[in-house]
Amino acid sequence: MVHPPVADIPPGSLPSGSVPQVDVPANGLPALAPLPPAVPRQGSVVGSAVTDAVVSGLLTGLLLLPLVGFRATESGSGPLGLTYRFGLVAVFAGIVAVLRLVLNLTVWRRGRKVKTSEGPSAFATLALKAAPALRPAFFSFAIAYPFLAILLSGGLSPSRYWVDLGIYVLTYVMLGWGLNIVVGLAGLLDLGYVAFYAVGAYTFALLSTSVPVNDFFAGHLGEGFWTAWSFWLCLPVSGILAAFWGVILGFPVLRLRGDYLAIVTLAFGEIIRLVLINWVSLTNGGAGISSIPPISFFGVPFNATDEGFAAKYGLDFDSMHRIIFLYFVILALAALTALVTIRLRQMPVGRAWEALREDEIACRSLGINTTLTKLTAFATGAMFGGFAGAFFAVRVRFVSPESFTFMESAVILAIVVLGGMGSQMGVAGAAILLIGGMEMLRNLSFLKADFLFGPDFDPSLYRMLIFGFAMVAVMVWRPRGLVSSRLPTIFLKERKAVSSALVKEGHG
Amino acid sequence: MEVFLQQLINGLTLGSIYGLIAIGYTMVFGIIGMVNFAHGDVFMVSAFIGLICVLLLTTVLGMSSIFLILAITLVVAMVFTGLVSWAIERVAYRPLRGSFRLAPMISAIGMSILLSNFVQVAQGPRNKPLPPMVPDVFVVMERNGYEVTLAYKQIIIMVVTATLLAGFWWLVQKTSLGRAQRACEQDRKMAALLGVNVDLTISLTFVIGAALAAVAGVMYLMYYGVVNFADGFVPGVKAFTAAVLGGIGSLPGAVLGGLLIGLIETLWSAYFSIEYKDVAAFSILVVTLIFLPQGLLGRPEVEKV
Repeated sequence: MVHPPVADIPPGSLPSGSVPQVDVPANGLPALAPLPPAVPRQGSVVGSAVTDAVVSGLLTGLLLLPLVGFRATESGSGPLGLTYRFGLVAVFAGIVAVLRLVLNLTVWRRGRKVKTSEGPSAFATLALKAAPALRPAFFSFAIAYPFLAILLSGGLSPSRYWVDLGIYVLTYVMLGWGLNIVVGLAGLLDLGYVAFYAVGAYTFALLSTSVPVNDFFAGHLGEGFWTAWSFWLCLPVSGILAAFWGVILGFPVLRLRGDYLAIVTLAFGEIIRLVLINWVSLTNGGAGISSIPPISFFGVPFNATDEGFAAKYGLDFDSMHRIIFLYFVILALAALTALVTIRLRQMPVGRAWEALREDEIACRSLGINTTLTKLTAFATGAMFGGFAGAFFAVRVRFVSPESFTFMESAVILAIVVLGGMGSQMGVAGAAILLIGGMEMLRNLSFLKADFLFGPDFDPSLYRMLIFGFAMVAVMVWRPRGLVSSRLPTIFLKERKAVSSALVKEGHG
Repeated sequence: MEVFLQQLINGLTLGSIYGLIAIGYTMVFGIIGMVNFAHGDVFMVSAFIGLICVLLLTTVLGMSSIFLILAITLVVAMVFTGLVSWAIERVAYRPLRGSFRLAPMISAIGMSILLSNFVQVAQGPRNKPLPPMVPDVFVVMERNGYEVTLAYKQIIIMVVTATLLAGFWWLVQKTSLGRAQRACEQDRKMAALLGVNVDLTISLTFVIGAALAAVAGVMYLMYYGVVNFADGFVPGVKAFTAAVLGGIGSLPGAVLGGLLIGLIETLWSAYFSIEYKDVAAFSILVVTLIFLPQGLLGRPEVEKV
């Protein structure tokens, strides 16, 4: 069996999406022999670029041919028919070929100096410099956001869309920060985080709609007490229950690491969702739980009666008051998550998490109780997931297992990883970018113009497609996430950012 | 007894499909130590390619011989799925080899989302039904009015699976590619130093895994007669469970695990509750990983400093 030695394969010989590598050779191995110095001949460069473009165009065409070139179409109740879209395949193949040609002649040209950086990148240095100002700036903007929305959209009612969007994004910021404790700090890859979100949401939904609980409080503290106060009383319960489930699920999987842990947590997440679907007598199955009482201003309901929020504080009744209040509740919850994480990182348990992430064996030999450390990470992360779940239930006022699919876990994980694991501002930025960006895709109705894609084109269909693509692209481009340098929590004299190349796992 | 026998037949059929997918997981894990999260969606893509091919052969070319259609569909699905998997490895995983541990896993999750949504956009979100291809059944035994049947399609699935596994076993044990694969599995750097083309070997591992998943996809399409863009996730997780149960990295283990998972699932549905059959499969995954992490036929993992 004769194989050519690894180092003799020219970098351009395998087409289709080869990505320029800077520090790690493509096979992850040190090069065995230095490549002969490339003699730049103009003709051969252009020639090989053209060949590469043609080959990659043909490959793209071949890849897309079966599923884009043909489409199995339903015609009423009859058997499936076929429609053909070879033109579309040719267009895509052409786009790929032209892109490759342009890139080969410019960015990926052989012999071009690729800059390698030893220390933190320029972006990271900038982020480090801006870091002290970033957090206050982010929070002041977050506080001012609903008022800005009202001012810029001209009135309470027109701003509804923007405030709703803010709530939606902040929910994911909070979930990202919660998962960040487990994945970013403790280095435990959790693919079932949505289970704790579900536990929180169902805890609140079941308690607030439960007749016996309502009757109990009606008998002792007056009619209507439970409707007004249920969210505020259930919020801690949701968090505690979610943390409890975090411990229950965390305990058996403590011996597992890495990929295995990820799959087991995924299985747990799916089990919880399947139980929610099938335990109809408790959860009402797939139909979900509706008519959850709305949020109150600490006991004062948001309605048009004399007892309502507007009448009590001398305002004109507007349904937007509740939405804006919801915005500040989730902002406060997210801030709480951030604050607790920052404080915990400076305490022994937080440092133990980070040590555990970097090296579990070293951790154990230093006498750190890894079981307890992992469990606290699981429980703390789960608790914030539970809080977010309760908030989700009170905002939407309807819960069903549909909301807690694996896709949701993947989105939250993507936020944490793309943001740069462990970096709080990175996670917030990724949440705003991903969730806001996906939401913005709904607004691309100009693409429906006749000269672009026609009225049948629905941009929102492509949201998850683009999302998946972005996940792969960011991983290939910046495997350490957007904020990838590392800032130590403790330091001797001077706090210095450390390049991600020097750390084993996440970000500090 | 009759019910048990019938479920045994159904379970073995389902288990063959899981086993074929599980091989892809176990091979990739063995050689580069990553869970190829997109493998379940590669399986779903292959079922769609099979669907298109069957439609093309029946409606456009007017073929009527079922066996010829199946044979051509199998080959076409294996070739195109292998190509898809090769491209995925090239684009999404190879640049991340040597990066930190979670990077390829997350890239794979992204790829899984990308594939299922690509199929949704390209082929539409609705179930794609096919008319039953091999409707005949064969009555094995009859007692008290209960017939135990063995459908011809079940026979086809078992025969095709067994044949392919035999061929695959020969490939891994006797050919130079198989030797290179096993060498890379043991020590990638050493294999490279000895002249094994590591990149090519890894690419071919992905292609072979995808080709076996494509067989599973066509068999799934023929067995159930319907496919949907979301059908990759659950069979994918179950096949991964099978790989773990059999001992990840072990090829006979993957097949054994697949058969066991298929049997457990059908027997659970028959005797306990059909609603919780997925819960049963996922619970097996959890229990195996906790109490028997090396699986039935795998070697225990030694932690090195």
